[in-house]
Parts: sequence; C-alpha cells; structure tokens
Amino acid sequence: MDLDLDEPTRRFRDEAREWLAAHVPRSPLPSFDTAEGFAAHREWEAELADARWSVVSWPREYGGRDASLLEWVLFEEEYYAAGAPGRVNQNGIFMLAPTLFSHGTPEQLARILPKMARSEEVWAQAWSEPEAGSDIAALRSTATPADGGWLLNGQKTWSSRAAFADRAFGLFRSEPGSTRHHGLTYLMADLRAPGVTVRPIPQLDGEPGFAEIFFDDVFVPDEDVIGTPGNGWRVAMTTANNERGLSLRSPGRFLSAADRLVSLWSSAGRPEATAARVADAWIGARAYQLYTFGTVTRLASGAELGPESSINKLFWSHLDVALHETALDLLGPAAELRGPWADGWLFSLAGPIYGGTDQIQRTIVAERLLGLPKGDR
Amino acid sequence: MRFAPSAEQEAFAASLDALLSTLDCDTATRAWAGGDHGPGLKIWRRLADQGVTALTTPSHRGGLSEEDGTGATTVDAVLAFEVLGRFCPPGPWTDSAVLPCLLDDEILASTAAGETLVSLAFPPHLPFALDADIADARFLVDVASLRGFTPGAHLASLDSSRRLFVPVPGDELGPALDPARAFDLGALLTAAQLLGAGRRLLEMSVEHAGQRRQYGREIGRFQAIKHLLAEVVTALELARPLLHGAAVTADPADVSAAKVACGDAAHLAARTALQVHGAIGYTAEHPLGLRLTRVRALTTAWGTPAVHRHRVLAAIAP
Repeated sequence: MDLDLDEPTRRFRDEAREWLAAHVPRSPLPSFDTAEGFAAHREWEAELADARWSVVSWPREYGGRDASLLEWVLFEEEYYAAGAPGRVNQNGIFMLAPTLFSHGTPEQLARILPKMARSEEVWAQAWSEPEAGSDIAALRSTATPADGGWLLNGQKTWSSRAAFADRAFGLFRSEPGSTRHHGLTYLMADLRAPGVTVRPIPQLDGEPGFAEIFFDDVFVPDEDVIGTPGNGWRVAMTTANNERGLSLRSPGRFLSAADRLVSLWSSAGRPEATAARVADAWIGARAYQLYTFGTVTRLASGAELGPESSINKLFWSHLDVALHETALDLLGPAAELRGPWADGWLFSLAGPIYGGTDQIQRTIVAERLLGLPKGDR
Repeated sequence: MRFAPSAEQEAFAASLDALLSTLDCDTATRAWAGGDHGPGLKIWRRLADQGVTALTTPSHRGGLSEEDGTGATTVDAVLAFEVLGRFCPPGPWTDSAVLPCLLDDEILASTAAGETLVSLAFPPHLPFALDADIADARFLVDVASLRGFTPGAHLASLDSSRRLFVPVPGDELGPALDPARAFDLGALLTAAQLLGAGRRLLEMSVEHAGQRRQYGREIGRFQAIKHLLAEVVTALELARPLLHGAAVTADPADVSAAKVACGDAAHLAARTALQVHGAIGYTAEHPLGLRLTRVRALTTAWGTPAVHRHRVLAAIAP
C-alpha cells in the first residue's frame, strides 16, 4: 500500500499546477448563473480547452489528454487549489459525456463532444419534473414517434443551467401507458428549437440557476436518442455511478475549501469555540481524498463502482454544509453579508437535495450495500 | 500509487479473523474482567504464534519488521489490530506493540514471541496502566526518559475487562528511544481497534435488524432503521482510509485525524447498535455491551479526541 505518484503522473500534476498558476483569472468570475458570468465562463472554458485542460480524462480526439482516473483526481485538486472558476458545463462534462462514452454512437461522440469540451455548447440537465423529483421513474413528459424523430411534450423543472444553456438531456416517456422504469427514452434537445419555452427560476441566491422547460411538440431527430428507445432507464442508471463523475464531486474542492477555512480560523485569532469543527472539516476533506484514492485504486484494478457512490454523496454533502456553517459562525455578524462564504453556504445547502436526495441515498446504502430488506420508501 | 491492502495483507487479516472466530473471545473477556486471565492468555499465545505480537519488532530483535521495509509494516499492524478490535480480546496489545519505539533491548524478543506482556503508562495521555498486575514488564514514559513502575491502586474502567492501575514511578532506566513515534503508533493501533469494533457493531446491527420482527415485519424494513445504519456505514467507510493513510505516511496530523474519525465512527456505530437492538443490547449477557464499553474506553485512551483535534490544527495551521 502506498501513496507515491510515479514519475509520469507527477509530471502531469506539475504541468497542470504550472499552467493554472499562470492562467487562472486573478479575480473571481461573476456567477455563471448570470448572463455576464455565463459569457465569461465560456471564455474561460475555451482558454482551458485550447490548452487541453478542460476534459483531461477524455480521449485526445475529442479534446482530452487520455488522463487516468488518478490524474483526473489530481488535476481537480490542482484546479480548486488554484482558485479556478467553477465549471459551467459540468452537467455536460460529468453527466452527459460519460453516458455518451457508454451508450453513444461514434457519430454522436464526434458531433457533440468537441463542442462540449470548449463549452461552445453548454448543457442543462432535464431530469426533474413537478411530480418527480428524486423519483425519476414517476416522470410524465412524453416522446412520440414522428417522421425521422420524436415530438417532445411536457414540462421539466429545477433544470440546472437551463436559463442560459444551449441544449439539454433527459428522460422522456416514449411508450404510452408504460409505468415506472419501463418505456423511457434518453434524449437530447435543443433549447432554442421551436416549441421550447424556458422560464428561469431564481434560486436562494437570487440567480436563475434553475429553469422550467416547457416542451410543446418539439421535434428531436433520431440521431439525438442515446441508446435504444424505451431503454432510457438503463442508459441513465448504468452511468449514474460513473467513475469519472465520482458523484460529480472530486475531493479537490473540499480540500481547498478546508484549507481556506483553516486560514480563516487562523486569521480570526484561532478561536477555541470553533477549533473542533475546523479540525473536523480538514479531517473530513482528507478522509474523502484518501477514500477517493482507494476508489481509484480499485477501479484501476478492474473493479466497478456500485452503490458505494451513494456513500460518497452522503459524506461530501454533509461535509460541505458543515464546513460552510463553521465558516459563517467564525465570521460572526459579517456572515450574513454576501461574499464567497455566504454564497458557498447557499450552494452547499443544495448538496443534500440534488443528485437524489440524501434520504434516497441512505435507503440505497442500507438496501444494496448492507443488504437490509426492501421496504416502503 | 496503490492505496489498498495487498492480497497477502488481506489474506493475513482473514486468517486472523478465522482464528479469532474459533477462540470465543467474549468468554475470555468476561473471565479476564473477573480476574481469571487463563483463557485470555491462551488467546494471546495463539495470536503470538501467528506473529501478531512481532509485527512492530525489528528483525534483529526477533520480530517481523525489516529495516529495508521488506518485512511487516505499520499497515500490517493496523490490519491486525482492526481484527483485534472486531473480537475485542483482553490484554495490553497496544502497550506491547509500541515498546520497540521506546527501547532497543533483548526484552523485545520475548515480547515479539508473546512470552512477555508489557504494561505502559504514558502520562498525561495514558495516565493509567492497563493490566499492570499481570504484565511481565512495566514502563513509564516520563517525558523523554523511561522508568519502571509498580502497580498502585486498581481503578475500575467502564469497560470491566480493562483492568487499570495507578503507576507508582520507579527507577529511571534511560532515555526513551522515540516517545513521539510511540505515541503515534499507540494512537494509530487504538484507532484500528476502534474501527474494527465499529464494523463488528454494524454487522451485529444489520444481522439483528434482518431478524428481529416488530409490528409484523423485520425492523430492517423500516426506513428509520435503514437510515441510522446508512449513517454508520458512511462514517466507518470514510474513517478507514484515514487509518490506512496514516499507516502509510506516519504523519502526526494523519494519525490524529484517524484517531478522531475512527473514534467518532465507532461511537456512532455503538450508540446506533444499542438503539437498533433495544433492551436486549442493554443486557450484560449480550455481546454488544463488550464492544460498546470498549469503544468508549478506547475513544479517550492514547489521546482524547480533543487532544488529537488540536494536534491536527497544530499541524495544518502552524
């Protein structure tokens, strides 16, 4: 058992570190949930892509570096440690792209991925519906066969990035009368196509990070179906645990947040009242980092990621909230002022909700990992 | 980077697990608490035959640890102590294991062979000496020097199988070799036992929840139970990499992080196990209590959580 990096891996990390030190914007970009910020983030993504740092784990032909999973984890550590901007296209890069790698056609990969790598096309996720939150199997939006494609109807909601994004991906019910996991199709749609109405929804921070998407006879060509029609649930589930996503959260962001918290605590005069919580935030981030190294090792030796990714999510969602609560308590009365910590706290509160609520994750862990008998939800 | 136990290490841990599961540790632990050391010492010797007492001793003193790193490593010791934590056999396992950090003497050979039991006092973090009455050798770490001691008053631990004594300092024996490393190793091996005990408590809870019926169904079908146990497995799964990481890096901040996280996770496992078992778990005859009290005792042994959190902060915010 060791934590040593081999020479090529160390060179990769050092190269990333040097590039980021030279290129990360000096002052933070405005939120990508504003029109101005969205444009600024597209520029940043193009700069990243020009230097092949936007999608390091992808094959070179699509703009990546063929980086290993370990290299990806290390890149993410460097990325957040450098204070680089959040990824405006994270839905595309971390959710849609792994799905395409598993189920997409060569044509789809060639058509979609290079633009995604440069964020020329930014993707929104269209999972949730008013009647179906974490319970995706209850969704009701429909896809009806049409000449050369499908007509979409219905409503998606709480769609992250949809206010400014170009395209969206999600599940639609394509077999009338089907229930639950059956008869669903995984489709991609142009958010500017005729029949699409996007209504932004301000989030707790006041910015339109969400939107409702209304589909009214929106045509989608057959080439934008991922996998086979009716098999959308399996397409969605086989990639839900995808290793490159690592549940969408690499350890890097928590390590860098914990480091900033430690600095905040030091500069506040190391108050004893919050000492234990500051220590626990660092311990949690270090635990998650090492846990990820263990996961990377197992995947590298051929194991597949299963329901333990729910453990990831339970852990980091709790850690992120606790870490930011500690920072706000340290700031005292100034905590309520808008700024990086207040914004980070607001963002952290979404963690236990999205990607399947933490209640759902606990049930998954108990039934699939611990083997407890299935019961009422 | 390969951050996972090797096949050999896993096989070693599995063989210890298989051996201990045949040895009826619970009965030995209860006998030990009552002052009958016979069954416990039998387990000690069986494990010594498997090399457990030699893992941290250098080969030139009859142990399994090699200077060049080819022999037993701290990782091996941690894996073995996780198994000890699962079964909670009685005796001063940690005290004996850290001795090679404190002196380089022929006594190490008989300790490695399992013939010598060592009791250690290490104030202020380890002010009471475990099993000092039956230990064959007793050492007190007095800042940077090593003394002998004699057992004074017997103190009752909330874990009745931990027989504690006030150390009465004796003659100075010389300088202590590396007290800082001894403390780190003691904290690490204690963390390993905590993790092992926590995992066993979780397994007992899962087993019980799958069998015990209330309101016409297994209680494991209830979401209230499922969600408690999901929290436990999450805490334990994220504590283990800290433990193994600290065994690899030997970094004091990592050691302290592991001690805090393993203690917290094991404590959560113990409290949850009791809640899931209900009244049966609160009885002295049920094996749950042996682990619940062991976990609470080990949480403050070899550095309290507060001490270790401060060590973490001292390292990361100097």
